Amino acid sequence: MATQQLGFHVDMSVCLGCRTCTIACKDKNDLEVGQLYRKVIEVEGGDYTVTGKAVIPNVFAYWISISCNHCAEPRCLQNCPTGAITKREQDGVVTIDQDVCIGCRYCTWSCPYDAPQYNPAKGTTGKCNLCVDLIEKGREPACVAACPVRAIHVGPIAELKKQFGGTMQVKSLPDPALTKPNSLYTPHRDAVRGDASAAPTARR
Amino acid sequence: MTTDRDHTPGGQVTRRTLLKWGAVLSGAAAVSGGLELSGLRSGTARAAAGDKDVTIVPSACAHNCGGRCVLKAHVKNGTITAITTDDEPDTADAPQLRACMRGRSYRTRVYHPDRLKYPMKRVGKRGEGKFERISWDEALTTIAEQLKRVKTKYGHEAMYIPYGTGNAGKLSEGNCMRRLLGLFGGYLGAYNNYSNAANTYGTNYTVGTENTGSSREDLANSRFIILWGFNPAETVFSTNTSYYLRRAKEAGAKIVVIDPRYSDTVVAFADQWIPLRPTTDNALINAIAHVLITEKLVNQAFLDKLALGYDEEHLPEGTPKGSSFKSYILGETDGTPKSPEWAEPITGIPAATIRKLAREYGAVKPAAIVMGYGPQRHAYGEQPSRGLITLQAMTGNIGVAGGSTGAMGWIGYGRSPKMGALPAINPVKFSIPVFLFTDAIVRGTEMTAADGVKGGDRLPVNIKLILNLAGNALLNQHADINKTAKTLADESKVEFIVVSEQFLTPSARFADILLPATTWFERNDIATPWAWGDYVLFQNKAIEPLHEAKSAYDWVTLLADKLGLKDKFTEGKTDEDWLRFMVEDARKAWPDFPTYEGFKQRGVYKYKYPAPYVAFKQQVEEPEKFKFPTPSGKIEIYSPALVKLNNPKEIPAIPKYIEAWEGPADPLTAKYPLQCIGWHYKRRCHSIYDNVPWMEEAARQEMWMNPIDATARGISDGDQVKVFNDRGTMVLPVKVTPRIMPGVTAVPQGAWWTPDSQGIDRRGSLNVLTSQRPTPLAKANPQHTNLVQVERQNAR
Repeated sequence: MATQQLGFHVDMSVCLGCRTCTIACKDKNDLEVGQLYRKVIEVEGGDYTVTGKAVIPNVFAYWISISCNHCAEPRCLQNCPTGAITKREQDGVVTIDQDVCIGCRYCTWSCPYDAPQYNPAKGTTGKCNLCVDLIEKGREPACVAACPVRAIHVGPIAELKKQFGGTMQVKSLPDPALTKPNSLYTPHRDAVRGDASAAPTARR
Repeated sequence: MTTDRDHTPGGQVTRRTLLKWGAVLSGAAAVSGGLELSGLRSGTARAAAGDKDVTIVPSACAHNCGGRCVLKAHVKNGTITAITTDDEPDTADAPQLRACMRGRSYRTRVYHPDRLKYPMKRVGKRGEGKFERISWDEALTTIAEQLKRVKTKYGHEAMYIPYGTGNAGKLSEGNCMRRLLGLFGGYLGAYNNYSNAANTYGTNYTVGTENTGSSREDLANSRFIILWGFNPAETVFSTNTSYYLRRAKEAGAKIVVIDPRYSDTVVAFADQWIPLRPTTDNALINAIAHVLITEKLVNQAFLDKLALGYDEEHLPEGTPKGSSFKSYILGETDGTPKSPEWAEPITGIPAATIRKLAREYGAVKPAAIVMGYGPQRHAYGEQPSRGLITLQAMTGNIGVAGGSTGAMGWIGYGRSPKMGALPAINPVKFSIPVFLFTDAIVRGTEMTAADGVKGGDRLPVNIKLILNLAGNALLNQHADINKTAKTLADESKVEFIVVSEQFLTPSARFADILLPATTWFERNDIATPWAWGDYVLFQNKAIEPLHEAKSAYDWVTLLADKLGLKDKFTEGKTDEDWLRFMVEDARKAWPDFPTYEGFKQRGVYKYKYPAPYVAFKQQVEEPEKFKFPTPSGKIEIYSPALVKLNNPKEIPAIPKYIEAWEGPADPLTAKYPLQCIGWHYKRRCHSIYDNVPWMEEAARQEMWMNPIDATARGISDGDQVKVFNDRGTMVLPVKVTPRIMPGVTAVPQGAWWTPDSQGIDRRGSLNVLTSQRPTPLAKANPQHTNLVQVERQNAR
């Protein structure tokens, strides 16, 4: 158990889907096309009733900005054959040691959130490390500092929970029981799990 | 006042929490230094502050989305290794000027392998894209010779600088060239723009100015907000506009968005989405007015005091009976009441939905209507602005906190930051609406005031020489690309074309001389936002120009020398001398504006105001003392000036619904049954960033189509589809999504025209489908007025 587990909170209810978080992260981590340490999933669904010339919409859409969730029971770590993946004692951040990783990609297959991203040029896999280098210098992670509507927050997950509430029970995300992720979402009104509306389509 | 509220953006972690958190982190800096947010400072970089080899250079993103945002280049050994944004304290009255994903990707633009590297001259046919490397001296000598030749043969009216907003800096290519050509003897001027020309006319004829906007922090005082075709989540539309909407939503406003698309703004902010068929905005406006009148939700006292021509009692003397807006809405002259039932089949909105919207809008005060520019980029784009101002007048929401003037406009100049400019005087008096420049190439000498020609009866000459600078409206962003390309390719028409660019854009392919431009990290400049932004930015040169690229001031100075005008052009000043001159100008109006050195070092100056600006507050509160700047001094719902134009069908005296050519009721729907609009895509600023791979990954070029229309055509999500009308054909991937209403398709504007050997565009450039027919009053671009057909295309 980490001394003080860190994590993200994302307020989905005001997320623009603008993907500034994604690009700030790519710039910071120098990621080629094909690698996204933080991605924004578009979820949409619904239909229309057409009566004569009138069109009545019953449509919904929302965004899930998601990175590594620094899980309490990380599948990536459990399935890493080399020991490259560790969970830091002091803050629970899950990292991949690039000097040890052999690029076998077991982690990319086992993570239910698609967080680890294989880098073909380097032959290793990388992922969000919560910008611990910046946090240690007293600076916010790239995605947090980039968000135009200030919808992403970082901090000790227990403090974030107190401040914002939030849940991982979000429609179209995996069951949190699988890995016990350390992220929190204030769900968009259409993303509340248990709501009986139409099955959504998720696009990366 | 909004800004007095306890402001913890997004309900941030409190400082007390952070003290605790800071204790567990290794860096004690986490809790020092006035940290307003989560206790961490928001500047981030791979090499953060403290790395001795890295210099952090403040600059700014100054493309023309309306926003101007802080970008900081992290420079190591002369190379930009990362880009961050504003890291000053994020406060209620001076929120950080955070860049969007476009600006954040800028490093990949600077070092893009396709950057133009040296001057080139055309060697193939014009438009073929075949060029040969030449020296700067040869390029500038050629340009100087052509300028002299065209001056002698055709005169200054034959020279033209097309609309272009790729570089919105004070020392941009366009600004430098306008100064030089002015000194040289002048050039054919231009007015309007491709953004909001119809709206500008609509607002000017109704309230006498385009400065109709309140400041954005006033949105938090609204209880009911209608975003009418307004999508700042993607367009940005001035830095932080979405953030102000977030604050309005948190303050409790109900937000309704009217848009054919379930836009990103709908996702983030809307309590209700009402899809409307493009070009039918005024039918909805009329129906709302009908409900307001018939259900007695009209603020009659406000209208009696402040409006002209709302009802019969307030028409100018001698006006024919039945000319008022109220008579039109109630159908007293044409026998057609403009009821919700009347509007339903036109707009596609059920009458019950309209009625509910109108009742809520009429009852909840204050209410703001914020119109985007999309609704006025239509066949009769002047009408929505006039109609929405009328609604806001009927409900008494003009001139009050939390209200709005209805149409889209700037905040008053009294509040806008003042900043000098590079002085430029054009001795030529003639000017044309920017959208008619291709007409001025083909039939300039036939163009008169009826075509919007100003400064004389008739243009003396067609356009013969073009200097296209930091812009793609020469071709890609102008309407009807296929027609424009033919016009430009004809060397007997325009005899010489210069293009200054960073990449080989579709416009740049038509250059005779092509000059490599710098990016803003390679030059010094000052950037000011649209009038909604309360700040000024300094763009510091962070790296030396790449390849042989030159900054505008440098190469235009060299050109001036070849024309014998160097001393007049520079007045002995360097680029930085001019910027210093502008800052001194600003300091005259704003004594607390920093010194040049202070401004340059900080990279930004943020003005602070004691209260939100409310447009027309004085006119509404003290009408005897302050008049609207219209001929009557009132809100001209009925405009005698428009009557004089004598085109009542297309330019009515009151705002009306006019059935659009290529609208949903046009008989052409038999051949082309789908409406096609463009939208400003989050991954581009107009056509900029189309070639940036990170942006394509984030949001690929694709057409949106409703599942109902797709199913009818055997089209599945992700298919390649052919989109066509009589003007052109494109092939692109389709996104089949309920996020667009049936009957309407949308192709995001700005993709780079990429014709194959058959002339079919393979990228999806909207303007392959758009028309050059201007709006009747403003001569504005109607680029969302298109009918098309769509077919599934077999794999390429």
